[in-house]
Amino acid sequence: MPTADRPPGAGADPGRRWVNLLLGSGVVASIASFIYPAVRYMIPPPVAESTSRFVVAAKANELKRNSGKIFKFGSKPALLVRTADGEYRAFSAVCTHLNCTVQYRDDLRQIWCACHNGLYDLAGRNVSGPPPKPLELLDVRVQGEDVVVMRNA
Amino acid sequence: MKRALIGATVLVGVLTLAGPAPGKDSCVSCHAQLESKLAEPAKQFESDIHHQAGLSCADCHGGNPQDDSRNAMSRARGFRGAPKKAQIPEFCARCHSDIAYMHRFDPKMRADQLSQYLTSVHGKRLKQGDKKVAACVDCHGVHNILAVSDTRATVYPTNVASTCARCHSAAAYMKGYPIPTDQAAGYEKSVHAEMLAQGDTSAPTCATCHGNHGATPPGVSSVANVCGTCHVFFAQLFDKSPHQAAFARMNLPGCVQCHSNHEIVKPSDDWVGVGPKSVCATCHAAGDKGYAAAQKMAGDLARLRTFIGRAEETLNTAERSGMEVSSAKLELGNAQEALIKARVNVHAFNAGEVQKLTEAGVGIAKKDYEAGVAALRERDLRRKGLGVSLIAIVLALSGLYLKIRRMESRRNT
Amino acid sequence: MAGLYRQILTWLDERFGAGSIEEFLRHKTVPLHRHTIWYYFGGMTLFLFVIQVLTGILLLLYYRPTPNDAFESVQYVVTQVRFGWLIRSVHSWSANLMIFTALVHMFSVYFLKAYRKPRELTWITGMLLLFIALGFGFSGYLLPWNTLAFFATKVGTEMAGSVPIVGKWLLIFLRGGEEVTGATLTRFFGFHVAVLPGLATVLLAMHLLLVQQLGMSVPPQVERAIAEGHESARSMPFFPNFLLRDIMGWYAALGILGALAAIFPWELGAKADLFAAAPAGIRPEWYFLFMFQTLKYLPGRILFMDGELVGLLGFSLAGAVWVVVPFIDHHAGFGRLTRFFSGLGIFALGYIVVLSALALR
Repeated sequence: MPTADRPPGAGADPGRRWVNLLLGSGVVASIASFIYPAVRYMIPPPVAESTSRFVVAAKANELKRNSGKIFKFGSKPALLVRTADGEYRAFSAVCTHLNCTVQYRDDLRQIWCACHNGLYDLAGRNVSGPPPKPLELLDVRVQGEDVVVMRNA
Repeated sequence: MKRALIGATVLVGVLTLAGPAPGKDSCVSCHAQLESKLAEPAKQFESDIHHQAGLSCADCHGGNPQDDSRNAMSRARGFRGAPKKAQIPEFCARCHSDIAYMHRFDPKMRADQLSQYLTSVHGKRLKQGDKKVAACVDCHGVHNILAVSDTRATVYPTNVASTCARCHSAAAYMKGYPIPTDQAAGYEKSVHAEMLAQGDTSAPTCATCHGNHGATPPGVSSVANVCGTCHVFFAQLFDKSPHQAAFARMNLPGCVQCHSNHEIVKPSDDWVGVGPKSVCATCHAAGDKGYAAAQKMAGDLARLRTFIGRAEETLNTAERSGMEVSSAKLELGNAQEALIKARVNVHAFNAGEVQKLTEAGVGIAKKDYEAGVAALRERDLRRKGLGVSLIAIVLALSGLYLKIRRMESRRNT
Repeated sequence: MAGLYRQILTWLDERFGAGSIEEFLRHKTVPLHRHTIWYYFGGMTLFLFVIQVLTGILLLLYYRPTPNDAFESVQYVVTQVRFGWLIRSVHSWSANLMIFTALVHMFSVYFLKAYRKPRELTWITGMLLLFIALGFGFSGYLLPWNTLAFFATKVGTEMAGSVPIVGKWLLIFLRGGEEVTGATLTRFFGFHVAVLPGLATVLLAMHLLLVQQLGMSVPPQVERAIAEGHESARSMPFFPNFLLRDIMGWYAALGILGALAAIFPWELGAKADLFAAAPAGIRPEWYFLFMFQTLKYLPGRILFMDGELVGLLGFSLAGAVWVVVPFIDHHAGFGRLTRFFSGLGIFALGYIVVLSALALR
């Protein structure tokens, strides 16, 4: 510790206080501006966990037979279809023609795009109209209460 | 005399030496040794589909392939020879119109090509004595006919246009016929040709719209039907639109009036409206209802495009600055979809209907624009936060600096 | 305030001799001369390392090291977690800044000959720490599991495979298999958060202890100037003078990091697709660029060996020589040998700069 120096003049004392004030407030403010984000960071956000590769598309008995449901998969829309036999199928709902969102037609028992009348069968194959490629298939399985859809491995 | 004797001996010798072993085909083995024009059929026949099916020259031309003497080609013994142009269709139809016979080779094969052909322009003119029109061999080849599903076949979808163009684009050949010769050139520039080139064999070629054996251009009133087999929505909308009756009255060829028949290119939004590239303005003039409708539709489409563009730009800027806007971008896809549907709906030629669709799209685009603006605001908030912390840091730095200076000046005194 | 400090110190001293540590720190001095500025870079590197540890721990609260979830968890941190964008960008930027300051620190030590006796071990532990830092950079780069990272790792580990004899085994060890897969991600994560930190802690402790033990080295030319009376031997107390200056530097670094995070946030990219083709222009992080570019220039075959292998062996040799420099240039005085090594150092630095620039073109 520095020995008890006599301050050279009365003017140095208030100067010292000001410098200490400046330093103190600067340090406190800067530390606060580091601690505050870190603390906020550690508090879990409302959406508790990252959406992973799989999504719960529906509950087990939500979809009737011969019906479909659009759901969000990652950043794109996807289509869950329950066939007349009760089987589940899932596809990317992005039409391969001009990216409109397709839908399930229970009268045609096929997947239909409302923009230009494109049709896909229940294996995702483009069977009629402008779509040049089949729909991307997604993996779907029933896990207990949930119908879970995943990216095709 | 001596020369003739030697010649005959040589001929007999050649024929004998070149004679076929039992079971071989004397037609092929003789013709293969003749001069090029006569040897070609024998050489080409190897890959011919008829050959693959087990047929020989004699099955079409008659004659006796076991006989290697001149009797093999005796007319009296059933040799038919090469048919004249006018006889070609019946020549092929001898088998191809015989369902029972054809079904021995391919049960699902059609056997009505001849009857179709006779209804076609080619068929009719052939019967009238025109030797220049196409008959079976002109399109399918003669001795190297391949299955339609063979990519090398002259009638495989990707080759159809060039096969038809062989005659139809040759101006000199087509002189004297009242039809243009620019169809193939136009088709090559079309969207359909592009799709075909990219491997979509469901894309239309000449035969899709004109028919293959019964080739006849669709009549003016059937154009919309032909296009409508694939372009279902457009045909339906057009049929219910005021244009249907108007076009019928004026004998205008439906879709072709605006979209052309062969050079069908990707349409753009400036075809709608009253601008320089518009198709509406070819008939409609300022003051009539159609003109107003065209203007309104073009205006609504442009409005939706503008809103989508603005939203897209804002969202992209936000994304580039590191903000996460993937949900909003996804939503914008719906606005894009509305634009696509609106463009389809133009064919009802009802400005009110188009506006309903574009306004829905505008609503979505506006919301997404707002999301982009919010993201940019959040980004600016971050920068302000940065500013605050930088101020704190600068304060601390200046405090430190002054402290050091004081400390060291005191130490020095 | 001072009384409280005294009391705490006494309490600690009675338990483990904290008093002598405090004594030592109080008397620690730092030489003052025209090269003093370089003394700050070691502490700066340490500070940035601490930042890495802190932000890394925070990221660890949300990160998931599997191919299904890695990218999504980073996306989650950046978009959903409050200030997640800040923590993540600071971590990525600070990694680069740390390697930069480590390189500056290393080159300044090299050119100021601080590696000479008795500081050989400090040099060696420091070089090992540098390699560990590069290992941190390489392993951490893969963790977000985006396209760029995936392919950069593929290329990088591929090169490991061309090392003779052990290459194949080394490649399989690094990748956790033949190809870069989820297994690679898992073990890179293990390296990044457990193995390398453990090694770094041990080496850092050794490095810092040696520095405290041996004090700060004075460059030979300054030593001579002092001996010949041209200069006086000045010094400043470490505590508080040098430390306060150190802290100023650290504050400035924090400000720069915050600015970089807010204005040039680190990209997320697109999730890695194992079956897609490599996009054009794949290249490693800047600190590997000079090696990457060199390998591009080497011809396919040199004499009887594979060109790439020659390059790798060349760099390995250069690295090995660099590590044992204190033993080769053991006088590190003013002789020809020392001047040769200084020249070599300038060549090395220039080579790295020029080839990195070429790679960026």
